[in-house]
Amino acid sequence: MTTRRRDILKWASLAPLAATLKADGNPPLLIRNAKIVPVGAPPIAKGSVLVIGGFIAAVGENVTAPAGSQIVEGEGLTIYPGLIDGLSTLGLDAVAPVSRFGAGAPPPSIAAAPVSISRGPEDRPLTTPWVKAADQVKTTDRRLPQARSAGFTTAVTFPTSGIFAGQGAVINLAAERTSQMVVEPSVGMYTTLSTNRGGGFPNSLMGVIAYLRQTYIDAVHYREATAIAAKNPQLPRPGYEKALEGILEAPRTLFPAVRAYEIDRMLRLTKEFPTKTVLYGLHEGFRRGEELSKAGITAIVNLRWPEGTRDGDPEDREDLKVLELRDQAPSTPGVLAKSGVKFTFSTIGVDSPAAAIRAVKRAIDAGLPQSEAVKAMTLGAAEIFGVSNRLGSIEKGKVANLTVTKGDLFQDSTRVQFVVIDGVKHDPTVEETAASR
Amino acid sequence: MKHFPLTLFAAFGLLAADPPLVVQNANILTVTKGTVKGSMVVENGKIKEVGEKVLVPPDAKIVDASGQYVLPGIIDSHSHIAADSINEGSISVSSMVRIEDVLNPEDAAIYRAIAGGTTIANVLHGSANAIGGQNSLIKLRWGKKADEMIWDKSQPSIKFALGENPKRQGNPTGGRVGAGNVNTLRYPGTRMGIEDVYVEAFTRAKEYRESWKQYEAQKAKGETVIPPRRDLQLEPLVEVLEGKRLVHVHAYRGDEVLMMIRIAEQIGFKITSFEHILEGFKVAKEMAKHGSAGAGFSDWWAFKIEAYDAIPYNMAIMVRKGVLASVNSDSADTIRRLNTEAAKTMKYGGLTEEEALKLVTINPAIHLKVDKYVGSIEPGKDADFVIWDKHPLSSFARAQQVYIDGVKYFDRDEDASARMKKEAAKKALEDKFKSEQQRRPGPAAGTAQRRPQ
Repeated sequence: MTTRRRDILKWASLAPLAATLKADGNPPLLIRNAKIVPVGAPPIAKGSVLVIGGFIAAVGENVTAPAGSQIVEGEGLTIYPGLIDGLSTLGLDAVAPVSRFGAGAPPPSIAAAPVSISRGPEDRPLTTPWVKAADQVKTTDRRLPQARSAGFTTAVTFPTSGIFAGQGAVINLAAERTSQMVVEPSVGMYTTLSTNRGGGFPNSLMGVIAYLRQTYIDAVHYREATAIAAKNPQLPRPGYEKALEGILEAPRTLFPAVRAYEIDRMLRLTKEFPTKTVLYGLHEGFRRGEELSKAGITAIVNLRWPEGTRDGDPEDREDLKVLELRDQAPSTPGVLAKSGVKFTFSTIGVDSPAAAIRAVKRAIDAGLPQSEAVKAMTLGAAEIFGVSNRLGSIEKGKVANLTVTKGDLFQDSTRVQFVVIDGVKHDPTVEETAASR
Repeated sequence: MKHFPLTLFAAFGLLAADPPLVVQNANILTVTKGTVKGSMVVENGKIKEVGEKVLVPPDAKIVDASGQYVLPGIIDSHSHIAADSINEGSISVSSMVRIEDVLNPEDAAIYRAIAGGTTIANVLHGSANAIGGQNSLIKLRWGKKADEMIWDKSQPSIKFALGENPKRQGNPTGGRVGAGNVNTLRYPGTRMGIEDVYVEAFTRAKEYRESWKQYEAQKAKGETVIPPRRDLQLEPLVEVLEGKRLVHVHAYRGDEVLMMIRIAEQIGFKITSFEHILEGFKVAKEMAKHGSAGAGFSDWWAFKIEAYDAIPYNMAIMVRKGVLASVNSDSADTIRRLNTEAAKTMKYGGLTEEEALKLVTINPAIHLKVDKYVGSIEPGKDADFVIWDKHPLSSFARAQQVYIDGVKYFDRDEDASARMKKEAAKKALEDKFKSEQQRRPGPAAGTAQRRPQ
């Protein structure tokens, strides 16, 4: 072991070996004399963050850098933990729209196959729990530099097509190789209420719900039957079920609910399911803070705030409830924060990462404290997906993901100066900044 | 937290906080005990006393109904309002789906229904397939959550369907045009195929029941066995076999009714009601003998081939032949005037006033097995009632106030003032969005300006 390597380990005692090796080529990085918002600890008016080997080695007012460190003068800058996009498709560059699968024209690969039609839950329609975002992310997704320019260092990215769409991963938004992007390969299952428009089961909302219910019953039965059979070799062995394996494997499951009555519906339904529930969407969550808090449900608020139809008939007047929804949806995060509901944000459907940041600003204008917004996008997201031991705050030993801004986050005049991902500094290029604006 | 206890109490009719209510000087059409000119006392969501003279509790709220009529809340035994989906028609046996899962408490049809004097609706699965889904009997507690509308006194039930709709091949939605994919047509394509679907489904249900019995027996003997898989498609059918789930069968033609009675008796279950039942007059004796109710329209027919033999005297003939008959809506439109629908049976068939009123109150309550709680104005029953300005069998009658469990959910005067408030709120939001759009440069504002006036 070289002296330098020993130094690194001394600074970052928690660093797994692989990560240390990965960042081996980079000298230590010190950002000094900056304002630091560590999240989970009080802000530091003027301090420094030292990064060694891809990990945070020291945070504080007095930090000395080892010889040969790269020094960044942080005067006038603010250092945040790297922003986490709490639910997205970043890194998956060919994304099928959420609701299209099975609707209209099937994807070309399926069109050529012989026609088969789902005749019931046993056929496991629109079910691909074995699909893992971790297997499909690419460093070449053109949205990654845009996301970095907007201040994101990390994303929780999910396959989104089908009823049981597949498993999501926590990924860092820059790496030399795809495999290095993945921080945690399996953080949950994504579900939608897509109907089977091709003519098979289920072709109605209640059919989809009945399908979810039966499939969870089947999954539990499968687990029990497999366990009994394993102990009693004389009994018939249940067949291997790829679909149920994936459903059981997921540590948590994401279910959609936008309107208040859909939230009620999902709270009622998911009580039956043997999985930890996370709800996503939640635009009318401003009416259900208390209920969500009582149910102990975590929430992912979608940042594509509802809009009026662009070219709608001006004679058509919308319901008061719909108008109120459009008016008050951005107040949902504030209500959730006040009610003590753990939440983060989703950027699915949002035009660009920069637009997502502006959408968070609208939530702040509608009552979300700025510090809560930062928390939701850092430690909050990390906690929801079980990676807060590595991500989400500026703390010694955590992965060196940092977002460094000029001005406080979420102000119109704020500029993201650079981000640090796995200890590597990424500057936004002029084009990227322009494109993301 | 503030609103929670209130809604909870309302949901269970435990209005401990609400003072008693006395409706005075009304013509009370009790339906089961004649007409009473007098008062009705409501306490804790229940009817406490009805009579010419009643004991008025000291803290009671008084509603003066001079010259007006009190009728039990109308019960619509066949409705498709308040749900986000109605048909799971992709397969011929969709008994696993539940209307309860998709109730939409914000459907404006609920409010319109109570404004027409209806307080309970049986929200049924559609008729796209031979064995449809599980229905949901709801109290129309407008403004409450879906869970608070589901009535805890209701019996589980399921929808079956006969005739043209379920035999429409390859048409998953029950519409009139095929889905186009001829390789994946749904079975069956004929009426005899429908019969076969029932026989096959119940044969499977019996096998399923047997597999559990066998498992329980083996387990009791101490053997190590893998339990059968719970099958949510077959469980409701087992409940039908065990008489624990009501069966509402969509049927038009007499021959199909006979077929259904025959196979139900062969398989061993009871048909609770035939719905629509346009040809009930042809098979009323057989229906009465089986013990099934007949629930349908008063004078609507010829909307499809199998509906050409109907006559408006159907209801009256069924009543005279001893069938428990009721008039229902099947539509968000008719549900607003079921009183008028009932009145038509007086013109066609000469039913008495009381017989006509029963068609939309106590009779559906009996066939839905909830007559212990609703369907008439009697002490001890739920205070679900409507104050009408004229006799409800008059086509000029309008519901003035509607109560469910003693709680007022509709008031014609309050409705008028609420409309203005709502309109103002709507206008304010519309103006706000308009000004925001004008301030924000971009395609949205530009598009709006290019629109021809």
